[in-house]
Amino acid sequence: MPLHTDRLYEEELQQLRAKILEMGGLVEKQIGDAMVSLVDRNSPLAREVIERDHTVNYLDVTVDETCTRLLALHQPAGRDLRLIMTSLKITTDLERIGDMAQNICERAIELNQEPPLKPYVDLPRMANWAQSMLRDSLDAFVREDTELALQVCQRDDFIDNLTAQLFSEMLSYMAQDPQSVGRATRILFLAKYLERIADHATNIGEMVIYMVKGKSIRHVSPPPTSV
Amino acid sequence: MGQDADSLDRSSALPHRLGDGNGKDPTASQGSDTIEVTIRDLCLFYGSKQALHHVDLDIGRNQVTAFIGPSGCGKSTLLRCLNRLNDLVDGVTVTGSIVIGGLEILDPSLDVTELRKRVGMVFQKPNPFPKTIYENIAYGPRILGIRNKARLDEIVERSLKGAALWDEVKDRLHESALALSGGQHQRVCIARTIAVEPEVVLMDEPCSALDPIATAKIEELIHELKQRYTIVIVTHNMQQAARVSDFTAFMYLGRLIEFGKTDKLFTTPEKQETEDYITGRFG
Repeated sequence: MPLHTDRLYEEELQQLRAKILEMGGLVEKQIGDAMVSLVDRNSPLAREVIERDHTVNYLDVTVDETCTRLLALHQPAGRDLRLIMTSLKITTDLERIGDMAQNICERAIELNQEPPLKPYVDLPRMANWAQSMLRDSLDAFVREDTELALQVCQRDDFIDNLTAQLFSEMLSYMAQDPQSVGRATRILFLAKYLERIADHATNIGEMVIYMVKGKSIRHVSPPPTSV
Repeated sequence: MGQDADSLDRSSALPHRLGDGNGKDPTASQGSDTIEVTIRDLCLFYGSKQALHHVDLDIGRNQVTAFIGPSGCGKSTLLRCLNRLNDLVDGVTVTGSIVIGGLEILDPSLDVTELRKRVGMVFQKPNPFPKTIYENIAYGPRILGIRNKARLDEIVERSLKGAALWDEVKDRLHESALALSGGQHQRVCIARTIAVEPEVVLMDEPCSALDPIATAKIEELIHELKQRYTIVIVTHNMQQAARVSDFTAFMYLGRLIEFGKTDKLFTTPEKQETEDYITGRFG
C-alpha cells in the first residue's frame, strides 16, 4: 500500500496502531498476573494489578484523544476511517478487559483469605483460552488477518460451555455445604469475568473484519463461516 | 440475533449494487424512469489526445452526483460534455452517446441553445452580468420570449428564493449584482440558472472561490435544489463531495474508475485507486 502524501498523518495513524497494541499487551499481562494472583494465592500481586489498571485507563483516554484529533483534523476516509472507528471500539473493549482483570484480583484477594474450595482447574483453562483469543484478535489487528479474526469469533462457544459446566459444579457444592456459598459464588463471578473477556476478544475480532473488509459481522449468531 | 451474515450485508440491500464501478444504473431497482442522464461508451479527444476513455454512467434524477479525481482526470471535461460546452473548443471529437431526458444530445442537428436551457451550468468563478440583480435573473426568461412584467417578477422572486438569496436582496433588486459579495454572486448565478427551469444543473467547482460560510450556504442550497433538479457537481474538495452528493464517480486518467453511493465510496471503496485517492495516498 502506498504511503500517505501527508507524512505527519501517516505517522499519527501508525502511532494509533502502536497505542492499541501497547494497550493490548498491557491488558494481556494484567489477565496473566490476575490469574497467578488467584492460583498462587498471591494477594500482593493482585493489589499490583489493581493499581496498574490506571495505566490501562490512561491509554484508553489517549487512544480516544488521538482518534478525535485525527477525525477533526484529517477528515479520514476509506481504510483510514475504518482504522480509526475500529480503534475507538477496540480501546473500549480493551479497557473493559482491564476492568475484568481488576475484578478477578478483587475476588482473588477475598478468596485468598479463606481455605481453597477446590484446586483451580477450570478457571486457568478458561483464562488460557480467553487470553489466546485476545492475543489472536490483536495479532489479527496488526496483520489485518480476517481469517484469524474470524477464528477468534468462532472460538467463543468453548468458554461459554465451560462456564455452564462450572455453574452446575458450584451449585452442587453450595447445595451440599452452606459454608461454601461465599467461595462458590466468587468462583462463579470469576468464570463470568473470563467469559466476558472472551466476548470482548470476539468484539475485537469482529471489528478487525470491519476494518479490513468494511463488512459488519456483529450481532450475527452463529458467526459466519467465511468473510 | 439468529440472522445469517448475508442478511446483514447492508451493501446488497441497497438499490445499486454498490461500488461495482461500471457506472451503470445508480437506482436500478427503481426502474429506468429514475435515470436522468445515460452516458454510454463516451470518448473525447482533444486533437489526437484522448481525454475520456469509454465512460459509461447513469445519473439519477433528483440526485446529486459528484465527480471527483485529481487534476486532469477528465471530470470537468465529462461535465462539460453534458451541455456540449466542449463544442466551443477547437479540435474536439466526441464519440459515444449521452441521452438526457430521452434525447440524444450528441446529435449534430440538436439545438444547443435548447439543450443549454435544459442543462444549466454554474461555473467555478461567479460570473454575474454587469446588470441589476433583477436583470441577471430575468435575462434568460426574456431570451426565451417571456415579456410579461408580472410573470418576470414572479420568476425572479421564485428563482431568488430557490437560490436562498431572496431575503438578502429583495429590497435592492434594481441595484447592480456586482455590488454583492462573492457568495451572493454565486447564488445569483444559481438563481439565473434555475430561472429557465432546467432539468439538470451542472456545477463546476461552485465553491472553490468562496469562504467556508458561503460554501456552507451553497451546500445547503444544493440539498434543497435536488428536490427539483438533477445536480452534477465537480469538486476538488473531497469532503464537499462527501457532504453534498448521493452518488460519487471517481475518475482517473480519463477513465471512470468507480461509481457508487457516496457513503459507500468514502467508507469502503472497491477499487485500490479509489482507496488511495480518498485517503490521500496518491502520487
